Amino acid sequence: MTTDYLAARAFASPHAHGGGEIRRTMLLVLAALTPATLFGFWLYGWSAFFLWLMTLSSALFFEFMSLRLMGQKDARRTLGDGSALLTGWLLAMTLPPWAPWWVAVLGALIAIVIGKQVFGGLGQNLFNPAMVARVALLISFPLQLTAWVTPLPLTTLPAPDFIAALHITLGQTPLPDAMTSASLLGYAKTELARGIGLAQALNAGHAPPLSWLGVRAGSLGESSALLILAGGIFLLIARVIRWQAPAGVLAGALIPALIAHALAPETYLAASTHLFSGALMLGAFFIATDYVTSPITGAGQLVFGLGVGLLTWIIRTLGGYPEGVAFAILFMNALTPMIDRYLKPRILGRTWSGRPLGTTTTGKGA
Amino acid sequence: MGLMEKFFGISWGIHPEDHKRPAADAATRVMPMPERLYISLAQHLGAPALPTALVGQKVKKGELLAKPQGVVSAAIHAPTSGVIAAIGEIPAPHPSGLPVLAVTLAADGEDAWSETLQACDDPFALEPDEISRRVAAAGVVGMGGATFPSALKLSSSRKAGVTTLIMNGGECEPYLSCDDRLMRDEAAAIVDGIRLMLHATGAKLAIVGIENNKPEAIHAMQTAAAPFGDVRVRPVPARYPVGSEKQLVQTLTGKEIPAGALPAEVGVVVHNVGTAKAVHEVVRLGRPLVSRMLTVNGGLVKTPGNVVAPLGALVEEVLAFAGGLAAAPARLIMGGPMMGMSLPHARVPVVKGTSGILALSGAEVADHREESCIRCGHCARACPMGLLPLEMARHIQGDDLKGAVKLGLKDCIACGCCAYVCQSHIPLVQYFAHAKGTLAAEDRARLRADAAKKLVTARNARLAAEAREKAEVAARRKAEREAAAAAKAAVAAAAETATEAGAAA
Repeated sequence: MTTDYLAARAFASPHAHGGGEIRRTMLLVLAALTPATLFGFWLYGWSAFFLWLMTLSSALFFEFMSLRLMGQKDARRTLGDGSALLTGWLLAMTLPPWAPWWVAVLGALIAIVIGKQVFGGLGQNLFNPAMVARVALLISFPLQLTAWVTPLPLTTLPAPDFIAALHITLGQTPLPDAMTSASLLGYAKTELARGIGLAQALNAGHAPPLSWLGVRAGSLGESSALLILAGGIFLLIARVIRWQAPAGVLAGALIPALIAHALAPETYLAASTHLFSGALMLGAFFIATDYVTSPITGAGQLVFGLGVGLLTWIIRTLGGYPEGVAFAILFMNALTPMIDRYLKPRILGRTWSGRPLGTTTTGKGA
Repeated sequence: MGLMEKFFGISWGIHPEDHKRPAADAATRVMPMPERLYISLAQHLGAPALPTALVGQKVKKGELLAKPQGVVSAAIHAPTSGVIAAIGEIPAPHPSGLPVLAVTLAADGEDAWSETLQACDDPFALEPDEISRRVAAAGVVGMGGATFPSALKLSSSRKAGVTTLIMNGGECEPYLSCDDRLMRDEAAAIVDGIRLMLHATGAKLAIVGIENNKPEAIHAMQTAAAPFGDVRVRPVPARYPVGSEKQLVQTLTGKEIPAGALPAEVGVVVHNVGTAKAVHEVVRLGRPLVSRMLTVNGGLVKTPGNVVAPLGALVEEVLAFAGGLAAAPARLIMGGPMMGMSLPHARVPVVKGTSGILALSGAEVADHREESCIRCGHCARACPMGLLPLEMARHIQGDDLKGAVKLGLKDCIACGCCAYVCQSHIPLVQYFAHAKGTLAAEDRARLRADAAKKLVTARNARLAAEAREKAEVAARRKAEREAAAAAKAAVAAAAETATEAGAAA
């Protein structure tokens, strides 16, 4: 007979829990990023790995220091939720793979301290920390942030070995010009600016290839759109993310691209180029789906995604920068509170405007 | 608008592991009468009952112990025959463990029913209001756990012209299977009770909604209802909280109850299947509500199952009868794991609303530290009312209760879906309960202040009126006095004049 029981305190209902954990969600996202990241390591060699390692460890370091400074006693436990790791990882994905170490450290500092902890830590930031860091770095160090290295897969001969790669990451070996090239988006923008039509520019032979597999010059983890797409589908199936934001981003960029390209193929890049170049896929599945900085409701997420996609296309096409995903995300992050304010779910028994359903107009709004 | 709802992501509810079997499949056990019963006088929604029995009085089973007090209240009867040992305070079956007034009954072991009970062979010949009256006299309350006095719902439904009676056999709370068991064991009695309720309410059709994870209960009820065209059994998809009034009505009829209105607004009334069984016993056999089916379940219960226990039996006695516990529980719950109450200890009595007693292990209730909200929005998707729990909690944390009300705090049904899915383990329901409690306290304070203000105003008005009256009276008296004096003077003057005139003459 063991009914001797004395409750330590009153417990609030519910007494059951679904088992969801922040840590679990973060780990699933990290797992989804892994294939594209490994591909990036293979494509760009050891330097990419060092840069990735540097970014992640700096992110963890700055998170730990911030938590300690704010007087959190069990900072190590909070560190374990995986959010700083994810921010660092996402930032690393967007960096040029042969960027020097200080880019990684500075980026992590901006992302974690200015992008997140200054707002009050996890869940409080208005802007996506990785994108804040990415944009701050791009504006401050345009040279280093656009030094796209030609893919030199690890298995090929001219790829720098372990030690040489370490020198590159430590910034002791200046990147030889021959090894860098423009990204496809950057090349197209430059050629257009020179007054050369796209048909001619892209046929000239020295245009960067549009590679569906991702063997092209670009950021560490953005090259293989297909692997990122696979990661995104994994997250959709695991119900970590929902379809609205990614679908919005892709549709928002592809619809204007299709129309514009059909009207003037000389001036506007094809939709497939937009889709498989740059950060669009990563942005759609991994950045626009960030819980903290995107709207709550499905409708809100769709509007958010469409905004990101459309702005990306506008910036890529009309703006000064060849790539616009990061700017578009930050812009829509700023609009998120407003989207959340207007796109709320309808309360059961009430109209969309919040008044109780009238009995004289039964069926309306039901 | 169906597409619109889909587009806006309205797919409310959760699918928790139901833990209903093997308890639901075990045969019902009837608990022997304990030596002492502790019958709470506040077992229903509304005012506590007023004791009518006296200490030392001998009572028979089914005799009145306490009568309803006020409009919303319920009578309480003796669950067995015996002697009233005491009327005093005992710990309430509530997380606070605060005292509640109760009648302590020492059983005499005979368990003899009172001879004055009023059975009825042809209840359909009775006036509908007579059925409501008998249900009220028997102290029947909603057996689903809300414990609202059932007779009130029956008689008001008739006045409101309700056309459809919705019978709630959803039992969507995990672990609980008392309604399931009751439907399997007593389908005929339940269907009879439903038909009596149709008669009492004047409704034309009864729809029994049963979650499709209870095929045996659905089959039993369909068989029992087959001869009657006005009782239909409808399986509903199993998801929590489909057994909640608004959600069940919408699932079964497609009608949406307007916010702040009763189901009668859309022509329906909702009763629990257990209530139908109680109505059957009251009207056919004259037996008041003195015992109930309840589920004893949880990881630490050695032989989980359903038990018919007398009202007033102690939880520890019920647990002991059901086979005892394997270890001291991490949490002892009365009701289901989603909306049930944690008990302070096991020495609290079974009441009319006790649908289950759960002894949960540490692994089942996994206590977590509250973390920051990451705005994942899972709570908003799970909310069956279409609320934004995370936004409401944010406002409550900032002590902005008005803001939370604007977001729909008063529409919250405290089902617990939001907290169940919360990755950050935020006790959202607790925030809402706190806010609702604070608002209710503010309302009461405002009412008190208004009443005091009214009294003061009335007093001031009365004093002013009195002063005015006094002044008027004083003025009148003065005027009268002056008039009298003037008259006197006039008379004197006249007399003088007359004297003078006389002298002159």
